Amino acid sequence: MSGTDGLEYTIQLFYVFSLTVGCMLYTIHNTFDDIQNKLVADLGCGCGVLSVGAAVLDAGLCVGFDIDEYALDIFKGNVEDFELSNIDTVQCDVCSIGSSYAKKFDTVIMNPPFGTKHNQGIDMQFLRTAISMASTAVYSLHKTSTRDHIQKKANDWKVKMEVIAELRYDLPASYKFHKKKSVDIQVDFIRFTPT
Amino acid sequence: MKLLTHNMLTSHVKGVIKGYPLIIKATEVKVNELEFNGQFVSRMIPKLEWSALIQAAGWLGQSQDLPSTLIPDYENDEEFLRKVHRILLEVEVIEGCLQCPESGREFPISKGVPNMLLNEDE
Repeated sequence: MSGTDGLEYTIQLFYVFSLTVGCMLYTIHNTFDDIQNKLVADLGCGCGVLSVGAAVLDAGLCVGFDIDEYALDIFKGNVEDFELSNIDTVQCDVCSIGSSYAKKFDTVIMNPPFGTKHNQGIDMQFLRTAISMASTAVYSLHKTSTRDHIQKKANDWKVKMEVIAELRYDLPASYKFHKKKSVDIQVDFIRFTPT
Repeated sequence: MKLLTHNMLTSHVKGVIKGYPLIIKATEVKVNELEFNGQFVSRMIPKLEWSALIQAAGWLGQSQDLPSTLIPDYENDEEFLRKVHRILLEVEVIEGCLQCPESGREFPISKGVPNMLLNEDE
């Protein structure tokens, strides 16, 4: 597989999750009040599903970060369709931004790449960066199978981890290399806060 | 790219010690209205590198009598907060580039999106 195919595969997974992220945002807003009038970052924003939602829920400003210019182009289209002014975007490699944005954001929201065929461990890199950027909370989605591993890391990084919900998806096979007809994915919606 | 975002961006070119603030060279700038929220602006001000904001405003010809150092008691000065709101959130660079002040490396801004990606050798 070429590098571009790998990226398309990852992007396709994101589309499946777009309905759930709406529910995610609603919880962040209603239960925790971490969106309205807050400075929000969306790491790995892709086409901007989370960012558009955060903007509609009156974030002070939501900044989307992604490496893929095609996804960001679609993002721009979505922003125009919704006529939103409280959104901004940066094209960059989230895994390389280190601590440049240390504590600059109130809230970080994300649906990180899950570390599939080509990028093992990328979700943990995203999480580490997110935690450094957020002064109040990080909201993220991670495979349930990695929950114990993430809890260990959260302890190491001195952050409190709260699994807000467990979500399940049935993903149909869509690529030639998929051996099974469909696959059942279990995902945790997690809130991280500094201790 | 809004100036609130620009205020956080740095250059990570190899060997650069302080790639901040990035010099703005804009060829297209737009001003988009965004509902004023004094509380939000007031909360953002302490997070800003104020002098970098003033420089950025200058590069865009949008200095608008913004003071070079923060005035005390700005939280209660609505006229001041409205000026800050405008420069932070309403002025947007659509086309142009950001230049690293140390290495000179230029990061393009296209359709409002700054591209901070580095090549492998950087």
